[in-house]
Amino acid sequence: MRKLFQTHEFVLLVLVVLLCVAIGIKNPAFWSLGNVFDLLKSSVTLGLLALGVLVILISGDIDISFPAIAAFSMYVTCLIAGATGLGDHIAVLFGMAAATGGLLGVFNAVFIHFFRLPALIVTLGTASLIRGGLLAFVGTRIITDLPESMVAFSRAQLFRQQLPGGETIGLAVSFFMLVGVALLVQFLLNHTLLGRGIYALGGAPEAARRVGFNIRRIRFFIFALVGCLAGVVGIIHASNMRNANPFDLSGLELTVIAAVVVGGADITGGKGTVIGTLLGTLLLVIIGNSLILMGLPTQWHKVAVGAIIIVSAGMAAWRRRMGRNSGRRK
Amino acid sequence: MNVSEKGSISSLESRGGLLAILRSHGSDLTLVALTVAVLVTMSVLNPGKFLSVVNFQSMAFQFPELALLSFAMLLAMLSGGIDLSVVAIANLCGILAAMILTGELSGGEPLGGTATSIVLAVVVAVACGACCGSLNGLLISRLEVSPILATLGTMQLFAGAGLVLTRGRAVHGFPESFLALGNGSLWGVPIPFLFFAAAAVLVWLLSSRTALGIQMRLLGTNPTAALFSGIRVNRVLFRTYLITGVLAAVTGLLMIARTNSAKADYGSSYLLQSILVVVLGGVNPAGGFGHVRGVCVAVLALQFLTSGFSMLHFSNFAKEFIWGAFLLLLMMMNQISNRRLNR
Amino acid sequence: MESASPFIALEGIDKRFGGVHALRNVSLRIEPGEVHSLAGENGSGKSTLIKILSGACRPDGGAIVIGDQRLDSLRPVDAIRRGIQVIYQDFSLFPNLTVGENLAINDLLEHSRWLVRWRSVRKTARDAVAALGVDMDLDQPLGELSVAQKQLVAIARALLHDARLIIMDEPTTALTGIEVEALLKIVRRLKQEGVAILFVSHKLREVLAISDRLTVMRNGEVVAEGPAAEFDEAEITYRMTGRRLHANRYVLPSDWQRQPLLKADRLSGRTVREVSFELCAGEIVGLTGLLGSGQTELALMLFGIRPCVGGTLLIRGESKRIHSVRDAIAAGIAYLPEDRLAEGLFLEQSVERNVVAADLASLRNRAGLIPPSRLRKESDGWLTELAIKAPSGQIPVSALSGGNQQRVVLAKWLSTQPGILILNGPTVGVDVGSKQAIHDQLRELAARGMGILIISDDLPELAGNCNRILVMHQGRLVDELSGADCDADSLASRLTSFQSRCER
Repeated sequence: MRKLFQTHEFVLLVLVVLLCVAIGIKNPAFWSLGNVFDLLKSSVTLGLLALGVLVILISGDIDISFPAIAAFSMYVTCLIAGATGLGDHIAVLFGMAAATGGLLGVFNAVFIHFFRLPALIVTLGTASLIRGGLLAFVGTRIITDLPESMVAFSRAQLFRQQLPGGETIGLAVSFFMLVGVALLVQFLLNHTLLGRGIYALGGAPEAARRVGFNIRRIRFFIFALVGCLAGVVGIIHASNMRNANPFDLSGLELTVIAAVVVGGADITGGKGTVIGTLLGTLLLVIIGNSLILMGLPTQWHKVAVGAIIIVSAGMAAWRRRMGRNSGRRK
Repeated sequence: MNVSEKGSISSLESRGGLLAILRSHGSDLTLVALTVAVLVTMSVLNPGKFLSVVNFQSMAFQFPELALLSFAMLLAMLSGGIDLSVVAIANLCGILAAMILTGELSGGEPLGGTATSIVLAVVVAVACGACCGSLNGLLISRLEVSPILATLGTMQLFAGAGLVLTRGRAVHGFPESFLALGNGSLWGVPIPFLFFAAAAVLVWLLSSRTALGIQMRLLGTNPTAALFSGIRVNRVLFRTYLITGVLAAVTGLLMIARTNSAKADYGSSYLLQSILVVVLGGVNPAGGFGHVRGVCVAVLALQFLTSGFSMLHFSNFAKEFIWGAFLLLLMMMNQISNRRLNR
Repeated sequence: MESASPFIALEGIDKRFGGVHALRNVSLRIEPGEVHSLAGENGSGKSTLIKILSGACRPDGGAIVIGDQRLDSLRPVDAIRRGIQVIYQDFSLFPNLTVGENLAINDLLEHSRWLVRWRSVRKTARDAVAALGVDMDLDQPLGELSVAQKQLVAIARALLHDARLIIMDEPTTALTGIEVEALLKIVRRLKQEGVAILFVSHKLREVLAISDRLTVMRNGEVVAEGPAAEFDEAEITYRMTGRRLHANRYVLPSDWQRQPLLKADRLSGRTVREVSFELCAGEIVGLTGLLGSGQTELALMLFGIRPCVGGTLLIRGESKRIHSVRDAIAAGIAYLPEDRLAEGLFLEQSVERNVVAADLASLRNRAGLIPPSRLRKESDGWLTELAIKAPSGQIPVSALSGGNQQRVVLAKWLSTQPGILILNGPTVGVDVGSKQAIHDQLRELAARGMGILIISDDLPELAGNCNRILVMHQGRLVDELSGADCDADSLASRLTSFQSRCER
């Protein structure tokens, strides 16, 4: 039992609860159902991306091109939907965006696996390539006439409640997508050979190769996964915004990485859990939300995210150091 | 040539890739040839405009910024790390200097007159760069945070700080004498170019002719052996990132002097470009190897490309696309040539 | 007894790596169900041979005969399918997964199930552990286990397979006496079940205790092979090294005067308990013990990498506190580490840079810069002084042979002008000729007044080159041999007696 209390995830849970309580005391509006539903809705974008990045970090790699992939998939899908009228079913749109994103993810994997190039620099390059390509060759016009299905999706809610003031609030359907993906990723990581292979690759890459894991399959899968999730996020984002802006979704990479790192994943690989990532996402969303509530301009958000990355990375590194007695990490 | 020598030459070749196939002078020649090829191509595509004094002067005012950032990246990579926060540091220092010059920090009027405020601005900017670099250094050396994560975090922190200070707007309106730093010439040579030349010499001396520089390279090659050889690893790492912070600060000063404005998100493509430059210049991202001369030539190549593309009216987005493609292509070529030699 | 069809046979195998001829016309037969040992020093070609057998490496010439097929080379997949399993020295385990998972992982991969059924994983793991007769917590993350425990997991894992040949690469280096006995028992059991074992080791006692046949390699060639009964330790050693055990022992000169350079008084650290000893100028003192007895920790404490929790240290009569490597260097202590490649050398860097790595400050000119000419001169000086075979100082040190690489590390430390030289496993992976040269070099340094401490488990090396030998056991200094007692056999019997004493 004691081991449970010592886990990173538990500490994080306590932190999140304390934070909620503190904010709630200062501003009781925090606990209103409306606000809670809002928070949960805001955490969908970050959460979905964080789950994808979690899987990549566990395998020992990194990816900073997913915002560009999200924007590209979103824009191209919306363009095609607008031009061909395929946008009747939201599922089709999600499918197209996920497929586009997945392909772009595979593109990343080709460079990282076959050419054995460092993932940071490759994804830095593909991010530029994809975003630049999108803006230079596809278009810069903001698409405002989105398919009806997307607008409907943004309005779709469950658990509708009638408030005393006459307002109706509900929990966005997209949140359930997050829950679903979280469950899937949890299942993947803990109950499939592929998932254990991802941990193995992050923990001891040479051993993983020797033991017979199909490293190529693992790598391609995880980068495709992140790409698909990015595509899905793109559609959700556009639906919420009621437009497809190719300049959107930029600068997200740091917040997402912060969420995953706070959640306990190690940048060197081999560690990380879905619960931790979700908690980390929640933490960041609450902080972002409360900054607004406290009246701080959005500029402080960047500072907060940066500080969070530094503090949690520092603490993780500190903990690692305490667990050893000598030697340096690379 | 006996058998053991042959073995050693082939292992020498396998270090560093395409641009290190020939012995070091040969690899420089390849890079120079590439740069000349770019120059020729751009001149042909922009007849009359590219090969002009005006253009070369304009380039000479611009490229030193990228060059200094690339020197910073070079040093960080030599030590086996990377500094993703250089552009954010440059912006932050530039913003602080700008606010001193316009008097914003002192309630409306520049402190003590033009000359004093300029000196103060420079001092504060460099000090800020040193502090930012120190934070990076501490995180990476004392707390043993991975350089990628540490500088990702500080990048956000510094950028955020810049945003908070400027509230999102640009700060402009600097005294003429300060603007000379970025737009003036001394004996016909643009002042930024002089900064570049001085920095090139200093960074070259540091990285190749001082104990610290050699220790950086050894550390980047094998941190464990560095520890066992009595190298003060923490000190070397700290100093490396301190210096990159200072280089970034100087870049910030040049940037605001040239553009007469300071913004929190200026030059975001500089980060990718500086990585492109160092990779093109033959620096090994894994650590331990790289030369100032390669970086210098690579910066020129990139500047020719940028100016040429601007003349051809390529949008900024197209340029972004090209930088990304370039970086990938370059690394791919390096790797292919490495593999062919290693078999 | 040779049967008509061995399980696997290598014929005339040849392999080169760049300019190094790793294997020369090597032939090897392994009969089904036999325990075959491969003896040889590091650098003799054993590792390359293992790689060829497991398919990790393609030979440049010769053939592999397995079953009824004659092949140029094996792919790793084929080797595994034919039942060849290798237990590497680094175990190929995953520190971030649990013991149970590590055990089951091969099984999972072989049956290509995409779903992980935890219950069957636990069963598999439990069976594996039971086969070994040890008790282990299956849910513990592997990274928390000791080295010896990890090895047991590695062995258990390999045993789970339908293995026909298990290659064990130096399996007993990290095991205590009891565990070695357990391992040998398992080896015998496997033999009964018809599984062949290739036991690659330089621990001759164990090799002779367990093998049916053995092959001895030296410098990439097979120099002896045959039934184990035809060999004894002295014979194998002679074949492995080309030298007879009794080289001229190191004795102190008759006019030697006792000048203590280092005096340790009840030094304590994490695994070191109250060690007191003295090292005088001109002495070559050996330090040995069973694995994990604290020898390396002691050396690292003297060198500033591990902390001293208690006790005092006197260097040339002055009390010193050594908190960092630089403190140690300032006190005149130099340390050549065990793992030369990872801890002693900057492989991709030039020979020059490796030589000057510990003492860059002394090369500074008046301007504080280091002119390349000074660097070159310093390095060339050492290349000549230590007879390092390298065409120039600019080539990467990875291109040098093991012996020359060790000389580079030695040069690095000699340039700091130490008074005390500590070497840990100085001739591991070094060819015979260089071994002798390094020993001669050490004797010369001692004659010049240096105090030398050699940590080694190569008993003949210690016996032949030390005037005094200290023995550690479980962190304490328990024995000291000097003079005529310093011979390999008495050393070996002392060590065995400790082993059995601690088992009681």
